[in-house]
Amino acid sequence: MFNVNRQMLTRGALAAAVAIPATLIAGFALAQVEGQPTPGGLGLPNMVTPVGLGTQQFYNMVLMPIISFIALFVLGLLIYVSYRFNEQRNPIPSKLTHNTPLEIVWTLIPVLILLFISVPSLRLLAEQVEVPEASVTIKVTGNQWYWSYKYPEDQGGGFGFDQMLKPESELQPGDLRLLSVDNEAVVPVNEVIAVHITSNDVIHAFGVPSFGVRMDAIPGRLNQTWFKIEKEGVYYGQCFFICGKDHAYMPIVIRAVSREKYNEWLAQAKQKFASADSRVRVAAESH
Amino acid sequence: MASSTMAGAHDHPRGLRRFLFSTNHKDIGTLYIILGSIGGVIGFLLSLGMRLELAYPGVQIFPGLAEALQGADPSMALDAGKNLYNVFITVHGVLMIFFMAMPILIGGFGNWFVPIMIGAPDMAFPRLNNISFWLLFASLVLAVISMFVEGAPGMKGFGGGWTFYPPLSSNTGSPGPAMDFVILALHLAGASSILGAINFITTIFNMRAPGMTLHKMPLFVWSMLVTAFLLLLVLPVLAGCVTMLLTDRNFGTMFYDPAGGGDPLLFQHLLWFFGHPEVYIVILPGFGIISQIVSTFSKKPVFGYLGMAYAMVSIGVLGSIVWAHHMYTVGMSLNAQRYFTLATMVIAVPTGIKIFSWIATMWGGSISFRAPMVWAIGFIFVFTMGGITGVVLANASADKQFHEGYYVVAHFHYTLSLGAVFALYAGFYYWFPKMTGYMYSETLAKANFWLLFIGVNVVFFPQHFLGLGGMPRRYIDYPDAYALWNLVSSSGMIFVTLSLIVWFYAIIDAFMKKRLAGANPWGVGATTLEWTLSSPPPFHQFQVLPRITGASR
Repeated sequence: MFNVNRQMLTRGALAAAVAIPATLIAGFALAQVEGQPTPGGLGLPNMVTPVGLGTQQFYNMVLMPIISFIALFVLGLLIYVSYRFNEQRNPIPSKLTHNTPLEIVWTLIPVLILLFISVPSLRLLAEQVEVPEASVTIKVTGNQWYWSYKYPEDQGGGFGFDQMLKPESELQPGDLRLLSVDNEAVVPVNEVIAVHITSNDVIHAFGVPSFGVRMDAIPGRLNQTWFKIEKEGVYYGQCFFICGKDHAYMPIVIRAVSREKYNEWLAQAKQKFASADSRVRVAAESH
Repeated sequence: MASSTMAGAHDHPRGLRRFLFSTNHKDIGTLYIILGSIGGVIGFLLSLGMRLELAYPGVQIFPGLAEALQGADPSMALDAGKNLYNVFITVHGVLMIFFMAMPILIGGFGNWFVPIMIGAPDMAFPRLNNISFWLLFASLVLAVISMFVEGAPGMKGFGGGWTFYPPLSSNTGSPGPAMDFVILALHLAGASSILGAINFITTIFNMRAPGMTLHKMPLFVWSMLVTAFLLLLVLPVLAGCVTMLLTDRNFGTMFYDPAGGGDPLLFQHLLWFFGHPEVYIVILPGFGIISQIVSTFSKKPVFGYLGMAYAMVSIGVLGSIVWAHHMYTVGMSLNAQRYFTLATMVIAVPTGIKIFSWIATMWGGSISFRAPMVWAIGFIFVFTMGGITGVVLANASADKQFHEGYYVVAHFHYTLSLGAVFALYAGFYYWFPKMTGYMYSETLAKANFWLLFIGVNVVFFPQHFLGLGGMPRRYIDYPDAYALWNLVSSSGMIFVTLSLIVWFYAIIDAFMKKRLAGANPWGVGATTLEWTLSSPPPFHQFQVLPRITGASR
């Protein structure tokens, strides 16, 4: 009876040990909504830009396996030497203090691993930094504590607006606390968007995890980055550089829509923000 | 103490005179260890406040803390609380680096054991040693005061992170005097460290006992030599960097103000030219300590002694030319980012040499698992964990996904909060019998290890997931999706808190029970000079200089 019970217990524990993480991970996968953080997520978000996909691939396929292997290898060695060479098992220590071939090997192999990492790394870096020809350019300015956007006149814009956190009292169903804003920035899907980033006061950083984009907004400098969203949707980002007391309260929301809808939005936004535009300018100049 | 043997040249001061005016390297070392422990406990309490706040989404405890600690008006409590959180992260960083790790590792263990290990009676400049310590004490006072004077308009304390980037730290972001207090604290801490570094370099180059050639010095002394050179090289840069900030703030200069032709990025380059070597300044003494301990308890000389020594030298050199990998998102040119990526990755090679050499030292050894050895093995594992995420972050391309996020927080806490602190505890339990003459309880020392090992891993491992998911650092509140791993991370603080309590109890227990340690409690593996002296060592050791013969180790 006791034996049976123990067997069942063991089997149950084994099944639970396999099933619980599996369901958890499956649950996370189900709960994953593109563009926003996944509750209890374990890995990178689903990427929607070529640069983001490249980053995901580089991390998941190259970096993650290599560093996991190294960690397990070192852990395995430590466990082995602790077991094999403890003083009960090995009372007489050896006098081994040099082994030149071994030392050459553990210098050269890391060099080879690093060379192997650097090839995809540098390729991805160039893709991130070199901005391709863009069909839409927007200017993003960091302020304490909100973002301002400007759409240039020659691309059908000629208006600007501020993007402020939606206070908790005004959240609608489907909104996300600390992420939803009053005015979403809209861009067309499948087109290269160049973003010019600067700041009016202190340093902020414009970051959208599912784009693989993170760029500092620095007063007196104009930084440039780009993304090409390959899927319609709403994408959330946050400020990634400490900028004072409301650093955690200046989210970013970018909505990617088809070209037609984008043109419609441009027309509407032009009217909606025509009056607001002067407000933006006043806000910017008052700093 | 063995004062009766000290007849002659020097008297043996007691009480206040002994410690306030001390020129004795061991007493000054003890003072540094006490100061570092106080700094570390305050720094820990600050992190406890942060983790309590982050346990659940929403802002819970900081408004109340702001009322209690800074006397904030209840109507302003929410804003004061958000500001106080930023002040906590800033002061936590400053305290843990400048007033915990550096004082204990360099000022404490360095002062205590560099002279003894090279067979010298004391440091080269004993009075300079005294002023180094008291400058640091004054600096700690200034840093703590900064939390209680105005920083950002209407707010108390400077809350811009330990890197103090302008314009948040200039008059734009923090017009109040809090930042001036921080700058002056940095000046004093910097002066203290520069004087200390001069003292170490002079001592090591000029006061080695006959026969103690550079290539026979214990690796801990090598690590302190490299550390001292790094300090001497980079702290003046920090001093210049924050002095320009001081004149920007108070005398109308425009070094970092684009409105006057300055550039905030100049500050970042100067700060990280200091800041990156600084992380090696914190970890190199730890490398030295771990080398001594692994060799002692494996009862074998260190494997590849020369490789180990020159790996530290090359880590020091390489560590000084990779600073801008902290700045991959500022908009550097493609070629600059390529260079800093490749140069940073190269550091993994000498670091790998050290990890593998420690394991090779254990290989074939006869390992006794006393408390210091358990801490040292723990160090090797957690430092490897921090090192491999460092390889990830070295890549400018991957860093764009992790910059200023929790992955970075996890990375540098694995190297420092776990790495440097584990080395520090290893050294503490290794040398405690030598410094006090008493043996601690082995059980308590190991309980301290397991509680901290479990605790810090529970705190920091889930932060990798938060960082991968995109959570930014230095946030008082976070989107609800990050709630699970934040709760797990915060729950680890229970173990960390318990481990600190056990640590205090272990010290009290050792002094109460007065188990005499004897000159060498560690047996045949302990071959450095400190184990030839009584425990604690006489007030002045090596009245007759030892003569070193035999092979290097």
